[in-house]
Amino acid sequence: MTVGGLAVGLKSTPTRRGKRLSPMVYLIIAVGALVVVSAVRTLSDATDLTSSGTVQAALTAAVPLAMASLAGLWAERAGVVNIGLEGMMVLGTFGAGYAGYQWGPWAGIVGGLLFGVIGGLLHAVATVTFGVDHIISGVAINLLAPGAALFLSKQFFSNAPGGGQKQSPRIEDAQKVTLPGFSSWLGTIENKHWFFVSDLAGVLRGITTEISLLTLLAVVLIAATGWVLWRTPFGLRLRSCGESPAAAESLGVNVYKYKYYAVIASGGFAGLGGAMLAVSSGQFRDGQTGGRGFIGLAAMIFGNWRPGGLATGAGLFGYTDAMALRGSNAVHALLLLLGIALIVVAVLQYRSGQIVLSGVAAAIGVLFGWWYFSSDQVPAELVGAAPYVVTLLVLGLASQRLRPPRFVGEPYRRGQAI
Amino acid sequence: MRNRTARSILLGVAAPVGALVFAALVCALILAVTGHSVGDVVDAMSTAAQRPRTLVNSVNSATVYYLAAVAVAIGFRMKLFNIGVDGQYRLAAMLSAALAGAAFMDSVPSVLRIAMTVVAAMLVGAAWAGLAALLKVTRGVSEVISTIMLNSIATYLVSYLLNPARLAVTTAGSNNIGTRKITEGGQVAGFEVSGSSTKVFGLVLLAVVVGFLYWFVLSRTRFGFELKATGLSESAAVASGVSVKKMVVISMLLSGAVAGLVGMPQLLGSSYTYSLDFPPGLGFVGIAVALLGRNHPIGMMVASLLWGFLDNAANSLDISGVPREIVLIMQGVIVLSVVVAYELVRRYRVRAEQQAVGSALGRTKPLEEVSA
Repeated sequence: MTVGGLAVGLKSTPTRRGKRLSPMVYLIIAVGALVVVSAVRTLSDATDLTSSGTVQAALTAAVPLAMASLAGLWAERAGVVNIGLEGMMVLGTFGAGYAGYQWGPWAGIVGGLLFGVIGGLLHAVATVTFGVDHIISGVAINLLAPGAALFLSKQFFSNAPGGGQKQSPRIEDAQKVTLPGFSSWLGTIENKHWFFVSDLAGVLRGITTEISLLTLLAVVLIAATGWVLWRTPFGLRLRSCGESPAAAESLGVNVYKYKYYAVIASGGFAGLGGAMLAVSSGQFRDGQTGGRGFIGLAAMIFGNWRPGGLATGAGLFGYTDAMALRGSNAVHALLLLLGIALIVVAVLQYRSGQIVLSGVAAAIGVLFGWWYFSSDQVPAELVGAAPYVVTLLVLGLASQRLRPPRFVGEPYRRGQAI
Repeated sequence: MRNRTARSILLGVAAPVGALVFAALVCALILAVTGHSVGDVVDAMSTAAQRPRTLVNSVNSATVYYLAAVAVAIGFRMKLFNIGVDGQYRLAAMLSAALAGAAFMDSVPSVLRIAMTVVAAMLVGAAWAGLAALLKVTRGVSEVISTIMLNSIATYLVSYLLNPARLAVTTAGSNNIGTRKITEGGQVAGFEVSGSSTKVFGLVLLAVVVGFLYWFVLSRTRFGFELKATGLSESAAVASGVSVKKMVVISMLLSGAVAGLVGMPQLLGSSYTYSLDFPPGLGFVGIAVALLGRNHPIGMMVASLLWGFLDNAANSLDISGVPREIVLIMQGVIVLSVVVAYELVRRYRVRAEQQAVGSALGRTKPLEEVSA
C-alpha cells in the first residue's frame, strides 16, 4: 500500500541504470531552454520574459518555495509524508515576526526555524512514535498551526508599536549584495534587446544584482542537503529508512531516530521558508503563506525527489509567480512556452513507445498553443494556478520518470516484517 | 460477528472522550500561560450554550460539516484520501449558484429549480473529483497530491469566474461581488425556532437523508461491502472478484457528489448567492469531523454538532477579551489527540486479544521446551 492505500494502476517500469545526466547535458538543456524563451520573447515582444527585474522577483519568490520543497524532501526521503508543510510554514512566519521585529532579520530567521521545528516535532511524535497516518497528522497540523499563529499574533502583536491583531510590526530586510561593476555592464547589453545575448545578460544581471543574503543562504542549504543526504553515511541511513526500513533496521540503523531527525529537519526547513517569506516581505501577516507549502510539495514532486530537481521546480514556479506580478503581456507568452514544453514531452513519450500519452500531451500542447494565438492576454486570476496545473501535467504525462522513495507514507513499527 | 461487550464499548468511547479532555487541558494550560482566566472562557461558552440563537447556528454549521464529513468518509472507508472536498464544494457551490440565480430560472417551478441546483452541484463536485480518480486509475497518481493541486486550481478558477465580466454581479453598496441572487422560488425555507432570529436550514433534512443513505449503502448493500473490503484488504478484495479501479472511480465520484452538496444548505437557506465571503475551508473541517466520528454516521453527527457549537461559541469569546482562535487550537488538538488515542486503543485491543487467546489455549509451553 502506498500513500492513501490502493496502489492501483501504478506501472512499475524497471529502473534503467546509468541514466544520470552529466552536468554538460544539463547546461545544454538550459541553453536550449533559454534559446526557446528568447525566441518567444522576440516573437511576442514580451521583454519582461527575461528582464533582470523579472529574474530578481522570481528568485525572491522562489526562495520560500525552495525551502518548503527541501522540507518535503527531508521528510519524504526518510519515508514520512509531510503535507503539514503549509502549517509549519505558518508557524515559521509567526516566529520570524516575533523575533524579527525585536532583534532584527537574522533573529527572525532563527525564530522562524525554531517555530517550524516545533511543528516538525509534533508531526514526528504523531507519525513515528504513535504510528498515526501521515496524511491525517499533516491535515491536523494544517488546522492547528494557523489558529495557533493567529492566537499568538493577537496576544503579542496587538499592543506592539506598528503591529496589529493580524500582523507584526515591521521587520528589517536582510542585507543585499551586488557583484560590483558587472551589473551595469550587463544592463547596457540587456537594453539592446538582441536575440539570446540580451536574454542571457538579463538573466545573469538578475542573479548578480541586489541579491538578498537569504537567497544565498537558500542556495547553500540546497547544496548542503544534497551533500548530506547523498554523500554522507548519515544521509545513506536516513534515505534507507525511506526505501526499506526493515532492511535498514536489520543493518543496525535506528529507524525511529533517523525518522525523528528527518521530520524535525523538515519542520525546520519549512519554518525557515516561512521566516524568509516574512522577512523579505517586511512583516508577519495572517494568511501570508497562501498555499506556498503545497507549491513546495509540488516543486519537490516536479523535481523527482532530488535537490537539483526541486530547485528547478521552485525556480520555475517562482518565475510564474513573478510574471503574474509583472503584467499580463509576459504571462501570455508563458502559454506558448507551456505548449512547446508539452510538444517536447509528446515527442519524448512517442519515442519511448507511449503512444496514448504522447497523443494526450500533444493534444493539450496544441490546445495551449491555440489559446496563445487566439487571445491577447491571460486573465490574471488564472496565472496563480500555473504551478498546480504544471504539476498535474507532469504527474499525468511523465510519471514513469518519477521515482518517489519506495516506503514513503507507510507507517512502520519497530521489528515489523514487510 | 463482533461481540459488543461492555469493555469494547467503553474502549470505543474512551478514545474520543480522552482526546476531548486532553484538548481541554491543553487549552486551559495555554490560557493560563498567556494570562487569561479559564473560568471566563468556560463562563462565556456556557452562557452561549443557553442562547437559542447560538444553538440554531450550531445546528446549521453542523449540517454543513456533516455533509463534508460524509464526503470525506466515503473515501476513507476504502483508504482513499479525498483532500479535495474543499475544492469540490467551492466549485460546485459557485457554478450551481450561477445556474440557480440565472434569469431564465425564475420561470421554472420551485421544486424543479431546487432539484436542478442540487443536481448540478453534485455533478460538478463529482466531475472535479473524477479528475483525481482518472489520474489515479490511469496513471497511478496519488489522490492526495492530485486533490491538493485540484483544490488550488479550483480556488483560482472560482476567482476567475467570480468576476463581473463573467458569472458575477456587483452587490449594490458594498465591494463584495457574487453570483446573481437566487430569487424566492429557488430558495429553501428554514424552520423557525422560538427565541432565535435565525432559522434552522431547511436542508438539514438533506443531511439526515445523506447520513441514512451512507449507512444503508455501506452496511446493507453489496457495493458497500465491496467498498469496505477494498479498504480493509485490497488483495483479498481483488481475489474475490472486485475491480479495484472501478471501486476507486465510483467511490471518488460519490465522494465528490456529496462534496458538491456541502455548499447547498448555506446557499439555498441563507446567503442565496455565492460571493467572496462564502465560507471557505469546509472540506478540511469535514476531514476533522470524519476522523473524530470514526466514519460512523452517528459518530460524525455528534462530532459535527460539537464542531458547530465550538465555532459558534467562539464568537462570544472575543467579547470577553480572549482571542477566539483558542477554539481553533482546541479543534486542532482534538483531531491530533483523537487519532493518537484511537491508535493507542487499537494497540491495546490487539494485545488484549492476544492475551485472551493465550489464556483460552491454556498454559503455553516454556520457551526452552519449544526451541529444543
